[in-house]
Amino acid sequence: MEGDIVQMGAYIGAGLACMGMGGAAMGVGNVAGNFLAGALRNPSAAAGQTATLFIGIAFAEALGIFSFLVALLLMFAV
Amino acid sequence: MATEEHSEGLVFHPMDQFIVKPLFGEGAVGMMTPTNVTLWMALTVLAIAALFVFGTRGRAIVPSRMQSVAELAYGFIHKMVEDVAGKDALKFFPYIFTVFCFIVFSNFLGLLPKAFTTTSHIAVTAILAMAVFLTVTIVGFVKNGAGFLSLFWVSSAPLPLRPVLALIEVISYFVRPVSHSIRLAGNMMAGHAVIKVFAAFAPLVLMSGIGLAVTPLSIIAITAMYGLEILVAFIQAYVFTILTCVYLKDALHPHH
Repeated sequence: MEGDIVQMGAYIGAGLACMGMGGAAMGVGNVAGNFLAGALRNPSAAAGQTATLFIGIAFAEALGIFSFLVALLLMFAV
Repeated sequence: MATEEHSEGLVFHPMDQFIVKPLFGEGAVGMMTPTNVTLWMALTVLAIAALFVFGTRGRAIVPSRMQSVAELAYGFIHKMVEDVAGKDALKFFPYIFTVFCFIVFSNFLGLLPKAFTTTSHIAVTAILAMAVFLTVTIVGFVKNGAGFLSLFWVSSAPLPLRPVLALIEVISYFVRPVSHSIRLAGNMMAGHAVIKVFAAFAPLVLMSGIGLAVTPLSIIAITAMYGLEILVAFIQAYVFTILTCVYLKDALHPHH
């Protein structure tokens, strides 16, 4: 065993930050699933809403990326 | 960090590809040192210039393949700016189109083997996002004066809720450049790191006994990730551009 307890804490924290991925996955899945449900009910209106779909996915995904950032900070900056 | 991983068996560290190195010789990276970032940014600019100079040189009525690509990209972004940000945002179209071209070309050039992805560095994307943020804020105040602040005062909400909403709106306004830049850099970096992790698995397991079963699987995984990365490279450039349009719309028409 080598290394100190601070490094161990950083590694555990980086692993815990991966749980944010699950939240982002649920958010993106929710956006895409609801878009598909709406699009199948009214296919003619779906094409005009793809930009909104991507904006929604981008906002949901950004918070997952933040947890990735926290993991990176713990691994390389702390 | 990296040296520990090497001794444990990975052939190369998955984050090694993001190291900024001087182009000629070894040594410290200074302000004016030509690095691999400089090289790939220059290649990006050259590729964009080549596409649009050679693509539009013929100006044929029946376009060649290159002219079609150039016209398709131009028309795609022109329509996006018009649809999302409105007709009066079209005078910012050259800027938005430049940003889109730079991001999409550096994303795609970064997918070449041995290439350096310039957009995987937060320093690069932060500059792009800060430029958008400053442009949007300045345009908002120049166009609307103090009326731009009504962006934060949601007049459709009930009166007691408005101060709370104003606080949330102000925070979300200033988080914009952060999320805008980290989304692009994080997506590019994460995807490339995943490819390199699988690439490091492929020769590693060949040395041990179960290699014959795992090596083909990891090569298939690299191929699949490459397909996904091509999609992500385009979608992230698209998302960056469309968010620029959304922010620009807020600056031009701040009333909810």
